[in-house]
Amino acid sequence: MNPDDLLAKVKYKPDNVSHLIPNEDICKNCKNRVCEYICPAKVYEWDKEKEKLQVIFENCLECGACRISCPYKAINWSYPKATKGITFKNS
Amino acid sequence: MKVLPVKNLKTTDADIIIVGGGPAGLAAAITAAKGGAQTVLLERGDFCGSKNMFGGAIYTIPTLEVYPDFLKEAPLERGISRHTYSLLGENDGTIISYEKKPKNEFFNAYSVLRPKWDRWCAQKAEEAGAYIVPQILVEDLIKEEGKFCGIKTANEEFRGKIIILADGVNSLIAKKRGLRKEIKPKDVALSVKQTLSLSKEKIEDRFNLDENNGAVHTIVGGPMLGITGLGFIYTNKESISIGLGISLQDLNLQKTPPYEFLEKLKNHSIIKPLLKDTEIKEYSAHLIPEGGYKKIPKLYYDGLMIAGDAAMLVNNIHWEGTNLAMISGKYAALTALEAINQNDFSANSLELYNKMLEGSFILKDLHSYRNVIETIENNSETFLGYYPQKINEFMETFTETDNIPKREKYREFISKTIKERGFVQFASDGLKIAKLAGDAIL
Ligand SMILES: Cc1cc2nc3c(=O)[nH]c(=O)nc-3n(C[C@H](O)[C@H](O)[C@H](O)COP(=O)(O)OP(=O)(O)OC[C@H]3O[C@@H](n4cnc5c(N)ncnc54)[C@H](O)[C@@H]3O)c2cc1C
Ligand code: SF4
Ligand code: SF4
Repeated sequence: MNPDDLLAKVKYKPDNVSHLIPNEDICKNCKNRVCEYICPAKVYEWDKEKEKLQVIFENCLECGACRISCPYKAINWSYPKATKGITFKNS
Repeated sequence: MKVLPVKNLKTTDADIIIVGGGPAGLAAAITAAKGGAQTVLLERGDFCGSKNMFGGAIYTIPTLEVYPDFLKEAPLERGISRHTYSLLGENDGTIISYEKKPKNEFFNAYSVLRPKWDRWCAQKAEEAGAYIVPQILVEDLIKEEGKFCGIKTANEEFRGKIIILADGVNSLIAKKRGLRKEIKPKDVALSVKQTLSLSKEKIEDRFNLDENNGAVHTIVGGPMLGITGLGFIYTNKESISIGLGISLQDLNLQKTPPYEFLEKLKNHSIIKPLLKDTEIKEYSAHLIPEGGYKKIPKLYYDGLMIAGDAAMLVNNIHWEGTNLAMISGKYAALTALEAINQNDFSANSLELYNKMLEGSFILKDLHSYRNVIETIENNSETFLGYYPQKINEFMETFTETDNIPKREKYREFISKTIKERGFVQFASDGLKIAKLAGDAIL
């Protein structure tokens, strides 16, 4: 299942730089890639060709689950800058 | 860049700086401002509540302590008159409800939407004289000679006599400053929620509610059978909130994204009819502290106190968090006012905050429940898988009419159950429950 329909209902003001920065070397050797399925916004996807973790940070719901779940603490995680990111209206 | 409102203050330093404008920070702000302190609250969202989600309902008695006028003025959705507990099997369920119409003029709890509720609380704090400054991301604290004495944003510093840290479950600031141990997956649950629009009339018809009354559903099992998770439904004025929270530790093992669990819950045969003709209005996600009493960090330092989710003050079993947040925020502010009075901002002086928490329902309840989540998490297949299914199996036996004598059916049910599980296992399950009950009562 793809959460795109859900994400379309969220108001975002994306920054032009990512607030989520995984460590490429660690990710390359990661076995379970828990970030790929734990994320409620499907932000992470392993790109087999480029051998790189794709980060669609624009969709991030700012929950913090990836930060805590990554077994190698490989994500340099911060909140988006003030005025950027999600704005909930009905939650 | 937004300039902090220092110019408006009588001196350049604030008395009290609060980081985070959720229930804890805002309760601290209004209490501090009412007590006459120069109070500044910094919130990273566009407005207070814009980054926040919960189930959810706020509780009247603790809320009145902080906002005496809220019943008349606040943007409340519905007064909760019914609590329903659903034990879902794969495609059946056993449901019990408790219903109570309020005797007096108010309900025990009200459903609210956080972007509206938190924003209203911010307005009240502002009216009381606090400076509420949104769109400011606090990045660090200032510490001098071992004492906390201010905050840092990307390009500014701002000083105060006392800091109240109320930046929520992730509390990056507490982490950065080593005030809290690294959160582990088993210390939090990840929650996803959808707000679904539905007309007022349909909500009241479908949930069998009097006008403006509301229902809360707590859901065990279904797509979460055997794992540490709970589902919820709250009715709002013209929408329904449906969501679930699953222990991050269990979720890590499931390899199923959280929104798929929610989709399965929405499509469960018992839940689906409740959601007919709804449209998704918003989707959100948030963590819930789950560690309980044993994971509460030290809450007072030289010049600093920690309140609310940042302090892990949540009672998961009852969906209680805003009340613990508000009352802890209020106590932190009362302690700060006393410290300012004494001109002593040391940890020694701020220990009063901890004493107030210990004397209140907050630490007493969390202590009573200290083993609950751990016991459930370690035995989730038993308590959230086997028994819910067994109850549904019994109800099936009890309600189905066929040509087999009832006696035979009951005997069959009992002998099958004993065979599956064995006396020793039953005794051990029973003991676990008795121990938790003992913790709560003794
Ligand atoms: C799914 C779910 C259901 C729940 N249901 C209920 C319920 O029904 N009833 C109930 O009472 N409780 C419920 N809770 C718990 C309740 O929501 C929390 O306990 C409560 O919100 C905690 O309040 P807080 O002020 O400590 O933290 P928060 O509400 O998280 O507020 C923290 C604030 O700090 C801001 N912030 C964070 N970092 C910074 C920074 N660096 N700089 C500036 N600002 C910052 C955030 O934007 C946020 O506004 C639920 C929680 C969840 C997730
Ligand atoms: S972020 Fe963590 S879990 Fe995800 S691929 Fe990298 S190391 Fe693995
Ligand atoms: S913070 Fe939450 S929503 Fe954002 S990337 Fe991490 S898991 Fe996904």
